Amino acid sequence: MSPDSPPETARARPRRSRAAILAERALEAVIRLSGVSAILFVAAIFFFVLREAAPVLVKDQFSLAQFLFSTEWYPTSAQNVRYGTFALTVGTLSVTALAMLLAVPFGLGAAVYLSEFCPPRVRETLKIVIELLSAIPSVVWGFIGLTVMSRLIVQTTGAPVGVNLLNGGIILALMSVPVIVSIGEDALKAVPDSFREAGMALGATRWQLVYRVLLPAARNGLLAAVLLGVGRAVGETMAVLMATGHAVHIPTGLLDSVRTLTANIAAELGEAPAGSDHYRVLFLTGTLLFLITFAVNLTADFVVRGVRRR
Amino acid sequence: MIRATASRSLAVLLVSAAMLAIACGGGGGASQPAKTVIQNKGSDTMVNVAQVWAEEYRKAAPDVEVEVSGGGSGVGLAALIRGTIDVANSSRDIKPSESEQAQKNTGKPPKGFVVGFDALAVYVHKDNPLAEISFEQLTELYAEHGKIARWSELGVKIPGASDDTIVRVSRQSSSGTYEFFREHALGNRDFRLGSRDLNGSKEVVELVGSTLTAIGYSGMGYATPGVKMLKVAHSKTEPAVAPTIAAVHDKTYPLARSLHVYTLGEPQGAVKAYIDWILSDAGQKVVQDSGYVPVPKEQPAAR
Repeated sequence: MSPDSPPETARARPRRSRAAILAERALEAVIRLSGVSAILFVAAIFFFVLREAAPVLVKDQFSLAQFLFSTEWYPTSAQNVRYGTFALTVGTLSVTALAMLLAVPFGLGAAVYLSEFCPPRVRETLKIVIELLSAIPSVVWGFIGLTVMSRLIVQTTGAPVGVNLLNGGIILALMSVPVIVSIGEDALKAVPDSFREAGMALGATRWQLVYRVLLPAARNGLLAAVLLGVGRAVGETMAVLMATGHAVHIPTGLLDSVRTLTANIAAELGEAPAGSDHYRVLFLTGTLLFLITFAVNLTADFVVRGVRRR
Repeated sequence: MIRATASRSLAVLLVSAAMLAIACGGGGGASQPAKTVIQNKGSDTMVNVAQVWAEEYRKAAPDVEVEVSGGGSGVGLAALIRGTIDVANSSRDIKPSESEQAQKNTGKPPKGFVVGFDALAVYVHKDNPLAEISFEQLTELYAEHGKIARWSELGVKIPGASDDTIVRVSRQSSSGTYEFFREHALGNRDFRLGSRDLNGSKEVVELVGSTLTAIGYSGMGYATPGVKMLKVAHSKTEPAVAPTIAAVHDKTYPLARSLHVYTLGEPQGAVKAYIDWILSDAGQKVVQDSGYVPVPKEQPAAR
């Protein structure tokens, strides 16, 4: 090899064309934009809803304290207009809480079964059936609540009316379970096999493996699954409109009718003239819903972070 | 090899961009056949009648299509104010504020026509021994600060009912029936919260028919064998009147109400022909067959 010519390896290294470099940069930019766009869309929606609601906040007759803490919802009153959403907020939270109480044990249990204990062929069938359950439209769930579930509740509990908190909670639980199962099962599958092997090597039984090794290892994913279930329950409109009885009323028992924030907006936005106080208060209710969901997600995030630090 | 991959990815990008452009450009090209469409929206009380009108009118005028939807009188009038529909059905009078808003938004004042009459009946379960009720009792039951909550306070014992609490069934606030009941039976007092506020006239009657301890109000045409209609009196001293067609005609029934259609300004062309048809014998026969009271022949049609 002569010392003057450059080394063979330098000349043999292939060079990328300018088009390829530009294309790669463009694709990176598109992907980055997609990631950022999620935040942008959420911020834009929140801003739009708040903008429609904002003019009523500065009006003299409107009191934010009354809006948040009063149980009297009379937007179309002839004499005394009052906008109090406390009973509606309690309705939303109580229906969601009941739904989660029913859905989380079943959902997580099914996820654990599908991921750990299930023979492969049964797993495929079960997964398809659970996906089918999540494909049922919410208005059909509402019909099921209004007709089948309502009759069942009247027969078994002797309640005078079958459309109540219990009915809404059961229907919402049935709607949230597929979400929790799919994502929970993915979270459990993501735990590396080395965890399971280590557990088995230490002599753990299958239940001990699940309870002490897998659930703690997958807890972020399982929490995400539960949070998505909660999100589905809080935002559900048609099913609760038909199944809860739509009564503005703080429930004193499971068999009382309630009204949720979402059903209230759906029922009343059509008749509120655009730009009127009623219309703007309904958008403010939408902002309130947004903030409730945000608060639930933020709390759960802090809980996870606290657990992670331990 | 790498050059081939780069040009392939570039080719894919170009092809997908071209497909997107074609899809966006080609979608707007479809043309509609010329056919007059009348948008009709509003009262849930009138939605069944309106649908039969639309079907019968298609036989009379095949090139006009009437699209009917419900939602409540409030929803129909709000849509009329926005200018998105042609004819609004309403089971209550239009409010002055709604009229003003329509004039401000669209420049045309709404014009109303009486197309029929209805009796707003108070329904209870067929096994309920109660036979009549007065406005005072309805106010104590349904209005805010009302004192009556149990059937025993009305002097009624329902055979077979385990719980004595009155189940109040009402309508949502977008309903003309709700507003009419509030204005006439409750004297414009607000409703007491906690009643089950249902979406439509039919749902009210269904719930009352399946609940022994329920009471509700809905149009006379929605009666089923599972419920019975109460006689209504203005006050405890006046005689109670049953909701019948005759009682609606001579206005002895206290909750007799007129059914209206509203248009923006004087109706023109296809809309005018439709409303004239509704007020003709053919349209009024539909009203009668649906269980409502037709406009008497001598009464002038326009309000």
